[in-house]
Amino acid sequence: MTIEDEREIMGQRLHEKIKNIFGRSLSIREVDAGSCNACEVEITALSNPIYDMERFGIHIVASPRHADMLLVTGPVTRNMELALLKTYNATPEPKLVAAMGSCACNGGIFGETYASGGGVDRFIPVDLYIPGCPPRPQAVIFGLMVAVDKLEQKIRKLEVKA
Amino acid sequence: MSEELIETIKKEFRSNVFDETVSNNEHYLTVKKEAAVRICDYLYHTLDFPLISIFATDERAKDGCFKIHYIFSCKDDMFIIIKIKVEETSPRFATLTHKIPAANWYEREIQDMFGLVPVGHPDPRRLIHFEDWPAGFYPLRKDFDIRTKPPRVKGEYIYRRVEGEGVYEIPVGPVHAGVIEPGHFRFSVAGEPILNLEIRHFYTHKGVEKLFESLSIDKAVFLAERISGDNSVAHSAAFCQAVEKVAGVDIPPHAKYIRTILLELERIYNHFGDIAGIATDVAYPFGAAHANRLKEQVMQLNEKVTGSRLLRGMNTTGGVRRDIGDKNELISKELATLQNNFRELMELLISSPSVADRIETTGRISNEIAKGLHVVGPAGRASGIDGDTRRDHPYAAYPELEFKVPVRKAGDVNARTLVRADEVYESIMLIQQALSRLPEGDIRTDVNQIPDGYALGYTEAPRGETLYWVHISNGRIERCKVRDPSFCNWLAIEYAVLDNIVPDFPIINKSLSLSYSGNDM
Ligand code: SF4
Repeated sequence: MTIEDEREIMGQRLHEKIKNIFGRSLSIREVDAGSCNACEVEITALSNPIYDMERFGIHIVASPRHADMLLVTGPVTRNMELALLKTYNATPEPKLVAAMGSCACNGGIFGETYASGGGVDRFIPVDLYIPGCPPRPQAVIFGLMVAVDKLEQKIRKLEVKA
Repeated sequence: MSEELIETIKKEFRSNVFDETVSNNEHYLTVKKEAAVRICDYLYHTLDFPLISIFATDERAKDGCFKIHYIFSCKDDMFIIIKIKVEETSPRFATLTHKIPAANWYEREIQDMFGLVPVGHPDPRRLIHFEDWPAGFYPLRKDFDIRTKPPRVKGEYIYRRVEGEGVYEIPVGPVHAGVIEPGHFRFSVAGEPILNLEIRHFYTHKGVEKLFESLSIDKAVFLAERISGDNSVAHSAAFCQAVEKVAGVDIPPHAKYIRTILLELERIYNHFGDIAGIATDVAYPFGAAHANRLKEQVMQLNEKVTGSRLLRGMNTTGGVRRDIGDKNELISKELATLQNNFRELMELLISSPSVADRIETTGRISNEIAKGLHVVGPAGRASGIDGDTRRDHPYAAYPELEFKVPVRKAGDVNARTLVRADEVYESIMLIQQALSRLPEGDIRTDVNQIPDGYALGYTEAPRGETLYWVHISNGRIERCKVRDPSFCNWLAIEYAVLDNIVPDFPIINKSLSLSYSGNDM
């Protein structure tokens, strides 16, 4: 199997899942909480004509209020902490948080300094970690697939409660 | 020439220069604190040397004082560094900003990071620390522990205000609508035209310069790669070159050529990305898709050649980690196809009236502004600044290769787009030359036992001149000053948008291709 096949197979599987759970697409708001920007480079790559993630039902939205999921990059700097919390609070339930990249997972090379927080889960609950520095676009697609399963579980829990 | 120059300066300021050291192409003159402004002014205005960085060092342990360094880039591949001493008991120095606008942010940075006050600064507000940062904490002082978490305090950040009938403010960010880095923009507008823009940055400040001081030199290369994520090669090469200079090591020719090829691959994929961004923002999705596809193809080529889509993990002190000799054919074949595709794309882009309408005369930066702020890279060259580190301070294999430095005068989005396009062709040619002359031999020399010392390392990143000043002591990094090109270029956007309309802001911003993380560090 070539790397291109892998991308297509994974993308199609993700598409099926998204269709089953959401009917339409998974809406993502991206939050850069102090990344080096390379994680953003790869998220942007997912929109290029080669990956074209919209065809798998992944949609980047402009506001957290429209989002099912926050995709957070960076170690959470002191100066971005508040903005991250505000964005999290503005995202409606049920919501997912994916920490993308080594920085978001545990601080990465920046670790913990006077200005670097050392990872997203120190500040908001994280449902899923996508490691890599940066993760390749395929890894992000794979991560989203796992995330969608988690969201399904969350929705079920909410339904049981209701 | 260079000796004559130093003699002229010494003659001019005889009693004020009390120490002189020379290492490689770096001339350090320690001068009286009171004379610094006059001497810098002379270098800048009379001799016409750009001021390319100002930074401080904490040398209280050894010399009982702080030092401030002013770096000037001179002709004939030379640098003059003016040094002054600043006592802890009198933590002040005279501002240079009213003479050289480019000094503005450096001085405020020194104020935040070292607690040394630029007296008379036209904008003495904080730069890096936010209003909730308590007074008296200066991260780059040696007695500040990197893991200190100063408490958050109450404070207020005062924005410049533009008042008048019908004037209102539009605040944007730090979290934006698209997938971009965080920063705050505050527009004052009357209808659509922008009367004033104030930018506020450093949301992504991570404490990088402090972090360098706690890392081993080998690990520090990885940090340099992660300062501005898509300029990894330029940053790590500049860092490695500084270390190699201190160590007195000349890396093998084979490694120099590989570095050059990587640096140019980085430029190509970045320029494709920028052109794609501009096409997106002028609502020309066909062109954007085309350019984004080309960028992806280069990133895939990067991965095939180095194992990393962003060319990471290749640079190391003493050379590179991996040979790319067996990829010679692959690279030249891919580049030939890319060149043809890119030419087609540019023909379409240039001949589209709807594109021209949006980018011609938009976001003009005059030559005067660009010079005053020391705008670097394609943005500077599009405003008539004929500067390119590869030619002016040659490194890696550039002295042996032929290339042109495209310069344009209009200073608008169009000029910045075309400069990048011209540079892509030059980069492709550079890589082809390098591949055809790739020397045999090792890819790495050992760099151990580095003697104490300091040196400058520099590269021309896709965004422009990138500068490292590295001081090594006992085999450890004592100080690493990083100057990303965006630190110079950000202020220019406040001028570029004036009298433009709000909907053109994204295009202007994109055409300047500014790094937030590289700026904020
Ligand atoms: S994980 Fe790596 S690529 Fe992503 S932001 Fe951090 S340093 Fe950059």
